Amino acid sequence: MEVKPPVAQVPPPVWTEIKDLQEWEKYRQERPEGDKTSNALAAIADAIHHLPGGWIVVTSTEKIFNWARSSSIWPVTFGLACCAIEMMATFASRFDVERFGMVPWASPRHSDLMIVSGTVTIKMAPMLKRIYDQMPDPKWVVSMGSCANSGGPFRHGYHVVKGVDRVVPVDVYVPGCPPTPDSLMFGLLKLQEKVAEFQKTGQRSPSSTPED
Amino acid sequence: MISSDAATRVRETFGLEPTREDGLLTVVLPVERWEELARFAKHELGCLYFNWLSAVDWKGEGFEVVCRLENLEAGLAVMMKARLGPGQSHCPTLTGLYRGADWMERECYDMFGIVFDGHPDLRRILLPQDWEGYPLRKDYAVDTPHAPYR
Repeated sequence: MEVKPPVAQVPPPVWTEIKDLQEWEKYRQERPEGDKTSNALAAIADAIHHLPGGWIVVTSTEKIFNWARSSSIWPVTFGLACCAIEMMATFASRFDVERFGMVPWASPRHSDLMIVSGTVTIKMAPMLKRIYDQMPDPKWVVSMGSCANSGGPFRHGYHVVKGVDRVVPVDVYVPGCPPTPDSLMFGLLKLQEKVAEFQKTGQRSPSSTPED
Repeated sequence: MISSDAATRVRETFGLEPTREDGLLTVVLPVERWEELARFAKHELGCLYFNWLSAVDWKGEGFEVVCRLENLEAGLAVMMKARLGPGQSHCPTLTGLYRGADWMERECYDMFGIVFDGHPDLRRILLPQDWEGYPLRKDYAVDTPHAPYR
């Protein structure tokens, strides 16, 4: 008779019962609907769309616009902590994100992207929000590293915001402590894919696409 | 000035028994004599360098203020420790003797809420001015939410 060893029965985790995820659902900032809409532009696009054969013009201009947007994302030079070192390495010549059209720009008013690289303290959060508000629409945010994602090792400290998504809406989360330049570059390429789906009517792709 | 001489002088002048460990002299004193001993250390023992000042929260027993003064030429250090007593948070300032005590006392006030009487500019130094509570106290809950970022 064959004796089988007992198989440990581990119940699958119920994600909705995890307290930190509940907090994330509760407190994260969502991008408001239609915040990127230019009403005049949308009306013109709609009018052209309803002309006979006009959809060809509209879709092709959208494609051109989105190609232009996704291949010239300028991140604002904004480093908060040790993740900024990896971000600088990503910008530098070895990894060279400039070939994707990303030029680190020293002014928020000319930038499309903010890479939140590091711990966001409660004292720094208003300044971060101000820089985000100074960026022109359409704008995107990449949260880089554990601290910006969730507070990381300082989550239960007294002075750290538990995730930058409680201050500004986040498009791409890059995990790691700190993420290597490769991970950040992967995140930036994911962002490019997302930007390529951006419509000039202001619709965005869903906030997260499941990645296997 | 070697540490055994310094220990003898502290014992003779103040009637306190310092613990001596190489060049380090640890003096446990009542908080009323805080400034007096610092003045003695500066002028008589030559401790011109104010190294640091901090505090310990002993929960029910109250706060203990700790301060280290150094005589760098002689390799002599004086560690002053004073219990404030349960529920007490007042301590005399050393800013009249050492300019460097200014920011250390502000930081101590910021983190522990110890009020240094006579300090010229006792404001928070690290945390925002509108912060509530003193985070290094033992009764401060670490997950205290701070609006609007929690």
